[in-house]
Amino acid sequence: MQRIGVFVCWCGSNIAATVDVKKVAEELKSEPGVVYSADYQYMCSENGQNLIKSAIKDYSLTGIVVCSCSPRMHEATFRKTASEAGINPYMVEIANIREQCSWIHKDMATATQKAIILGRAAVAKVNLNTPLTEGESPVVKRALVIGGGIAGIQTALDIADAGYKVDIVEKKPTIGGKMAQLDKTFPTLDCAACILTPKMVEAAQHENITLYTYSEVEEVKGYVGNFDVKIRKKARYVNENLCTGCGECTSKCPSRKGLNEFNMGLDGRGAIYIPFAQAIPNVPVIDTAQCIKFKTGKCGLCQMNCPSKAVDFSQKDEFIDEKYGAIVVATGFDIITLENYEEYGYSMYKDVVTSLEFERLMNAAGPSKGHLERPSDHKQPKTIVFVQCVGSRDTTGCGKEYCSKICCMYTAKHAMLTREKYPDTEVYVFYIDVRTPGKNFDEFYRRAVEQYGVHYIKGMVGKVYDDGQGHLMVRGSDLLANEQLTIKADMVVLAAATKADESARKLGTMLTASMDTNDFFTEAHPKLRPVESPTAGVFLSGFCQGPKDIPETVAQAGAAAAKVIGLLAKNKLKSNPCVARADSLICSGCSNCEKVCPFGAITYAETDVNDGTVREKRRVAVVNEAVCKGCGACTVACPSGAMDLKGFTNKQIFAEVDAICRQTGE
Amino acid sequence: MEYDYYPGCTLKNKASHLDICARKAAEKLGAAMTEIPEWQCCGGVYPMAGNETAQKLPAVRALNEAKSRGRDLLCVCSACYHVLKSVNYDMANNATVITKANTYLENDPWYKGETRVLHYLEMLRDDIGFEKVKKCVEKPLTGKKIASYYGCLLLRPSKIMKFDNPENPSVMESLIKALGGEPVIDPFRNECCGGYVSAEDTELTEKKVRDIVESVKAHGGEMIVTACPLCMYNLKKYGDLPVKYFTELICEAFGIEVLEDD
Repeated sequence: MQRIGVFVCWCGSNIAATVDVKKVAEELKSEPGVVYSADYQYMCSENGQNLIKSAIKDYSLTGIVVCSCSPRMHEATFRKTASEAGINPYMVEIANIREQCSWIHKDMATATQKAIILGRAAVAKVNLNTPLTEGESPVVKRALVIGGGIAGIQTALDIADAGYKVDIVEKKPTIGGKMAQLDKTFPTLDCAACILTPKMVEAAQHENITLYTYSEVEEVKGYVGNFDVKIRKKARYVNENLCTGCGECTSKCPSRKGLNEFNMGLDGRGAIYIPFAQAIPNVPVIDTAQCIKFKTGKCGLCQMNCPSKAVDFSQKDEFIDEKYGAIVVATGFDIITLENYEEYGYSMYKDVVTSLEFERLMNAAGPSKGHLERPSDHKQPKTIVFVQCVGSRDTTGCGKEYCSKICCMYTAKHAMLTREKYPDTEVYVFYIDVRTPGKNFDEFYRRAVEQYGVHYIKGMVGKVYDDGQGHLMVRGSDLLANEQLTIKADMVVLAAATKADESARKLGTMLTASMDTNDFFTEAHPKLRPVESPTAGVFLSGFCQGPKDIPETVAQAGAAAAKVIGLLAKNKLKSNPCVARADSLICSGCSNCEKVCPFGAITYAETDVNDGTVREKRRVAVVNEAVCKGCGACTVACPSGAMDLKGFTNKQIFAEVDAICRQTGE
Repeated sequence: MEYDYYPGCTLKNKASHLDICARKAAEKLGAAMTEIPEWQCCGGVYPMAGNETAQKLPAVRALNEAKSRGRDLLCVCSACYHVLKSVNYDMANNATVITKANTYLENDPWYKGETRVLHYLEMLRDDIGFEKVKKCVEKPLTGKKIASYYGCLLLRPSKIMKFDNPENPSVMESLIKALGGEPVIDPFRNECCGGYVSAEDTELTEKKVRDIVESVKAHGGEMIVTACPLCMYNLKKYGDLPVKYFTELICEAFGIEVLEDD
């Protein structure tokens, strides 16, 4: 039998104004197991805690109930108090009579009655509490960053600078991501390459960073502090250790049909290629779909011309197994394809381009060496129409319902740069709303309108068509003038909606990290834990969590790194002991619990079961305590009642319910 | 291949060539079109009223007739196709319409949108295939620059019609190619011709048609083909390019002679 002490807090007037605390203390005194009961003005204060401590000693208490605020507020405080007085911290129960009682009721009599009932339930539970001990697990001092764009690079650099080993896995042949494709960046118009490429070099040369480019995460096992990851290093057909990056092979390749992905397919590349001049590593890769040697068996010019014998057609995919303490997801974004938006004529007209293509057309390292020319006839366009929200904020089901966030600003940038470089070009922008919440963002947009004379038109475009004479006709509505208008343009630029990178969904499943319906990773708390996934040990960096511009991405990347460093700095992790436990005598190994577990904490093992007179080897559920979050889904799913949650056993819950429902006889 | 065929009123008088050519070409392609017995007018635009079930009944009768024989229901007229397909959509998805129509018609069992409604062009594309169409060509339309004109009824609303890409359709272009002609893509091919507005506002219809025809000319088109009797009427009345039904074009290429007063 427990010896229970009840401590009723006034919380100043927060509780005491609506709940008769003396009556609560008095009533709970007669509950089974209760040997002591008291009330005090601030139970969390030093005096209050001392009251509890001395009561534990004086009355040899084995468990306590504190009727106070939410357990989220002070459960940890009172557990510590109990522990200091010599009883197990898990013998403490909180009856929340503030948020769930005094704050939401006005009538003192009812509120007092409810507080008594809540107290009773807590007492009933403590009667069945058993001491629990926190487990410990070691931490592998190495982090994995998935994605080598600006988000991944920044996170990796910050972790590496703190002295921990980091591996970056990037699926493309080079790190750099989308930022490497950009020309200038808003709102300062500094050159993207000038600020990104030094970071790429730093990442490559950092003694604590290992780059796995042209690689993908194949399998993830384990849990926070102890992830086992299998990485597939795809065959480049070029030996990274021998290659000097001289580029001899790329110039000799006779195949020219491959589309240059880095330039958004606006020009071609060879079958053996380096994505761009500043690529890291500066090692080519062979596109086997284009390579003549792979298609016909003949050619091999690259191999013959390689001065360092680095080309190796027999190379195979390699697998690397590594252990990590933390995983950072930095998979970034892509833009949607436009098959649902044929009214803009993207598939019909060469001179209708996406903003990312326009970015390459403006870029000094782009297909036209920075001279703005339209793709169809390489003439310099004299009238350009930008269309915003192509697929963003779309509730028709064709695109994305969310705002892509970056388009208003980069469109203003494109418009401004065009007017700056080619002042005789007329620039129109169709918009739904111009959204510029950011430091110096609205000033930037106003400069585009006021200083650079960009024509902003509030309204959407209904149709883009050609007049048969080489012009694009853009028909749209001007909502402010309340009229339909048609603009004769030479080029149309579509701000296509952003979307989570395609690799995200598969990765989310692998990591058991939750995602929203748009395949963006969900954060552990939308305000207070924005860079952590609800899955312990998994962190989020950049666009993979939701649309972000570069400054925000870098800020989040740094925050994610700080969280990782905080984790890796620990030698051991304490685990919550309130986790699920399977009773092997009852478990039938049906797998129901495994299916509902959102964290992948349940596995099965052949176990020796000694069931009375029957001894047998049986497949029963085993809970990995380091991974289990104690959500209780498995206890509900278990058809035989073999699953139970420590600290919240079925018996305890029923005891609470019984206590709440018990007739008081009044 | 056997189809139940719903011709519609216009095809029995003004647009008789659309009908006659369709039947003759189908014969050559090995598709049997059986006119369903005692069909009634599809209702024209009236069944489009969302809150009125009575006007949808003739369409439901035709759809149920095809169902009872287990055949697909084929249309050639854009407007009839549009009506039958929309009503069929309601009969599959709108509980009120399903209950009212079936109760009134005393259908047993209830009709719940089971019949597949298809347009002659869909039959060519999905069931017969343009390869086979190509093989039937005897007098290819070599060198002829033909613009196809879809209008609205075949394409919209795209979620219900599911006929082709509403902004960038291609089925008629594929047909013209199969017949040996050179398809001219006119960006106005999915714009409205003015429709029934021509009955009261000729100015508006004239402008719509002028835009279409001028755009065809600017893109080098010498002729327009359409699937819709109403589009045909407007294009002919206000435009100055030859306009043909797509079935007439098929017969021409197949070498099937159709007399003017057939």
